[in-house]
Amino acid sequence: MNDALDVAVRLLVVFAVFLTFPLIIGQAEHKVMAHMQGRLGPMYAGGFHGWAQLVADGVKFAQKEDVVPAGADRRVFQLAPAVALLPYLLVLVVIPIGPGEGAVGQVVDAGIFFVLAIMGVSVLGSLMAGWASANKFSLLGGLRTAAQLLAYELPMLLAAASVAMAAGTVSLPGILNAFEWWWLPWQIMGAIVFFVAGLAELQRPPFDMPVADSEIIFGAYTEYTGLRFALFLLAEYAGIVVLCGLTTVLFLGGWHGPMGADGLGWVWTLLKAAVLAFIVIWLRVSYPRMREDQLQRLAWTVLVPLALAQIALTGIVKVVI
Amino acid sequence: MPPIPGSGLAKGLAVTLRTMTRKSVTAQYPDVQPDLPPRTRGVIGLFEENCTVCMLCARECPDWCIYIDSHKETIPAAAPGGRERSRNVLDRFAIDFSLCMYCGICIEVCPFDALFWSPEFEYAETDIRELTHERDKLREWMWTVPAPPALDPAAEEPKEIAAARKTVEKQAAARAQESTPPGPAGPGTPRSAGPTPAPGAAPAPEARPRPDRDESGPERPTGPGPDRGPGPDRPTGSGSAGPAGPPPGEGDPA
Ligand code: SF4
Ligand code: SF4
Repeated sequence: MNDALDVAVRLLVVFAVFLTFPLIIGQAEHKVMAHMQGRLGPMYAGGFHGWAQLVADGVKFAQKEDVVPAGADRRVFQLAPAVALLPYLLVLVVIPIGPGEGAVGQVVDAGIFFVLAIMGVSVLGSLMAGWASANKFSLLGGLRTAAQLLAYELPMLLAAASVAMAAGTVSLPGILNAFEWWWLPWQIMGAIVFFVAGLAELQRPPFDMPVADSEIIFGAYTEYTGLRFALFLLAEYAGIVVLCGLTTVLFLGGWHGPMGADGLGWVWTLLKAAVLAFIVIWLRVSYPRMREDQLQRLAWTVLVPLALAQIALTGIVKVVI
Repeated sequence: MPPIPGSGLAKGLAVTLRTMTRKSVTAQYPDVQPDLPPRTRGVIGLFEENCTVCMLCARECPDWCIYIDSHKETIPAAAPGGRERSRNVLDRFAIDFSLCMYCGICIEVCPFDALFWSPEFEYAETDIRELTHERDKLREWMWTVPAPPALDPAAEEPKEIAAARKTVEKQAAARAQESTPPGPAGPGTPRSAGPTPAPGAAPAPEARPRPDRDESGPERPTGPGPDRGPGPDRPTGSGSAGPAGPPPGEGDPA
């Protein structure tokens, strides 16, 4: 009985986080982006500085007609948003936000593998959408997504592998238990590679080639309307939550903070993740979209070699110690 | 020295971050009224008491969106044995703001200072025909015309003020000579609201942004210094100082 209750509470909390954090990031993006461009952003919805803008957007999306194109592959088309969104929910379950058993949805021994594998599934949603829409823009977007997935999955994996080597474990809480402050400069290269590759996998600007709305409408999401489109958008923001959480856990020491970890550990995790989320938004505002070939070149000529160098460095330090 | 690789990227981030810390430029218009400069071209006000129906504005308007109707009236001779005079009476004056392109030519061209810019701009309508503002509405806009910007501190005295002052001084001089009775057409005699009333008889002085024209030609009344310099010590910019405003004793030509 107690076990069942425990599991239920944990899942409920994770679900609540899954529903609210993407919205918070979305709202923060509205506001941060606006102020970085000298604007105010939403000001009306909800009264105070437009805090309810995304709720209003949700209501709007829910009211819209759900259209499935005549030539589309119905089943796959309708399933795609769920495939894009749900993996992030699963990833959230295993991200530890504080020390001890209580601060993680479920401890998975092979945490890193689980997380990276599941995040790859999410990209599958875009591929399904692109193929099933029977639209040339969707198809182009889908193909670009596929190319991006291939290019950026590798450096991401290599960077994560470097941390796993350093900690000698692939379990996320295990990595955090082994964390020392000097890992920060030691793994900084891997951290950057991981973060950039993660951004590319989320198709966030400046890596939003697959959804480039000014060239191929909205890529794989061109034919989507209403709630299904909203789910894709939500998947993007849930992806930001997951990416920032993972980077925090793997490279920034998660709950470790300068002033003792006990009790306040989760604050450190959230704080670090929030700063990373801010950087995600900041990058979007500052940089123009990269061209498809630039994107590939960055992955293969910069990120992969950097990740390999990081692994070599990790190995050398590990042997020396 | 070649730039450090990546410095451009860092600069880009710095720019957006700096912008975020500054005040945003968004004007929250319906909640906060815009702070419009004094010469804003919002709507055109008609000071119909000044209009002589000369039709210049209607003729010069590039869009032909000013509609004027009038008829002639004869005024009986002022003095026995004098000649009857005819006078134009305005029947309709309308500006179609759906055609107007706010060029301001009508205002520039009016020789009698009957048209003015007002900064009011909130007169959108759901029916395009409502945008033709008739005489009454145009007259109403006059109340929103701001006072002209003050002159520069060292500017020349405006012609109208000088003329008004001279007239007042002359009147004073005439009154001083008590012995001789005033002539029939003396400056103090009340006249009907003709096209060019004497400065002392101008109607509605509180709404008058500019002093009355006094047959002095088409120069702008603000004189050579039309910039909106502060000039707080000038009496001309105070809005309520109409043509009858300068007190008789005002002997400060600077
Ligand atoms: S502003 Fe120009 S277009 Fe408008 S009524 Fe005057 S002359 Fe015509
Ligand atoms: S130019 Fe001036 S005086 Fe002549 S009709 Fe037009 S508004 Fe009246």
